[in-house]
Amino acid sequence: MLAKRIIPCLDVTAGRVVKGTNFVGLRDAGDPIEIARRYNEQGADEVTFLDITASSDQRDIILHIIEACAEQVFIPLTVGGGVRKVEDVRRLLNAGADKVSMNTAAVQNPDLVFDASSKVGSQCIVVAIDAKQVAPGLWHVFTHGGRNDTGMDAIEWAKKVDALGAGEILLTSMDRDGTKNGFDLALTRAVSDAVKIPVIASGGVGNLQHLADGVSEGRADAVLAASIFHFGEYTVRQAKEYMASRGIEVRL
Amino acid sequence: MSIAVIDYGMGNLRSVSKALEHVAGGKQVIVTAEPAVVAEAERVVFPGQGAMPDCMSELDARGLRAAVLAAAKSKPFLGICVGEQMLFEHSDEGNVAALAVFAGNVKRFPDEKMVLPTGERLKVPHMGWNEVVQKPHALWRGIDDRSRFYFVHSYFVEPADPALVTGSSEYGVPFTCAVGRDNIFAVQFHPEKSARDGLQLLKNFVEWHP
Repeated sequence: MLAKRIIPCLDVTAGRVVKGTNFVGLRDAGDPIEIARRYNEQGADEVTFLDITASSDQRDIILHIIEACAEQVFIPLTVGGGVRKVEDVRRLLNAGADKVSMNTAAVQNPDLVFDASSKVGSQCIVVAIDAKQVAPGLWHVFTHGGRNDTGMDAIEWAKKVDALGAGEILLTSMDRDGTKNGFDLALTRAVSDAVKIPVIASGGVGNLQHLADGVSEGRADAVLAASIFHFGEYTVRQAKEYMASRGIEVRL
Repeated sequence: MSIAVIDYGMGNLRSVSKALEHVAGGKQVIVTAEPAVVAEAERVVFPGQGAMPDCMSELDARGLRAAVLAAAKSKPFLGICVGEQMLFEHSDEGNVAALAVFAGNVKRFPDEKMVLPTGERLKVPHMGWNEVVQKPHALWRGIDDRSRFYFVHSYFVEPADPALVTGSSEYGVPFTCAVGRDNIFAVQFHPEKSARDGLQLLKNFVEWHP
């Protein structure tokens, strides 16, 4: 059977991995290639890099990181952050990324999802959705690192990007991100049940039970976490052993 | 003597070439769109990514069809992902004719089988690490049966001749994920992205004398 994936996420700026709470208050967590290699050794199923660099003159740093990483880490690499056009997607893929994630640019120009997936294949295109609850059972899509409410229903947007050719959805709960209170399971399940493509749950993991819940209750195909791995609270291996003990299929 | 990775403009070949270099023991790995380089290579890797109709048309646009067919007849040849699918006769993806090295067709995961008894949907693309049940073959050396490899695809091959099957997997339906005959081995999964076992398979290919 297909294993549920565990994906450590590395937020990268100025060539370093950092981690904040609710998208602010960054804390240094180390060298991205070192960390990716460590997660590979621990049995991570993929690694995701999010380039959170604000200034465009530092954008090329992420390309060099991906190039170096792809020479040493032989598992899938996803890269997101600052992707605005098909050319950005190509550059990242040519540097060694397997999948490229787009967020704000997809909201502003949904044709980008269609154009990019037509050109490089759906399997390379991930749409990242930052969602925040605005009423019971209703989540809106936010952009610009969580500052702008687009007014769009997150579930409807997920269905739309599926139809436009996205290969996967990276779903982050803005309410939970950095809180360590666990995934927004209602959101995760609602999106996962609404689309035909895989969904990665993100935002809020504080312990291993949260990861298992994301799969069993949230029906996510993969779970993404950052701080619990970066600061040595748990290894990826421990996370997988825990999920296996809960009857979840994982790659050990 | 070199290993040629055939470049027909579809997707990122860096991962494949870097993984091969990692296990090639000093053999030269060349990413090439030149039929002459393919013809001279000791062994050939035929990757593929994206949509099958685009892959076929790009292959022809670069004049590589004859070189691929000649290599598939004459030297160790490894097909990966769409590079495996293109060895068959026809794909439902875009309803396109392929290279017909092997008899059989390429099908999509059937929608009606993509639901678990719990009501949970099996997502397509089939993306992630799945178990591969092996049939004896030199390229599985040092890899445990049912080891997991990384897949990302929506279509899979259905060989007309069951004797071609060297590996199979299951996702809603059982499906063939590795085929082999004589000097050809081809896989649906991505050995270059499958960590230790994937590198072992590539190493076995580099050292293979069919």
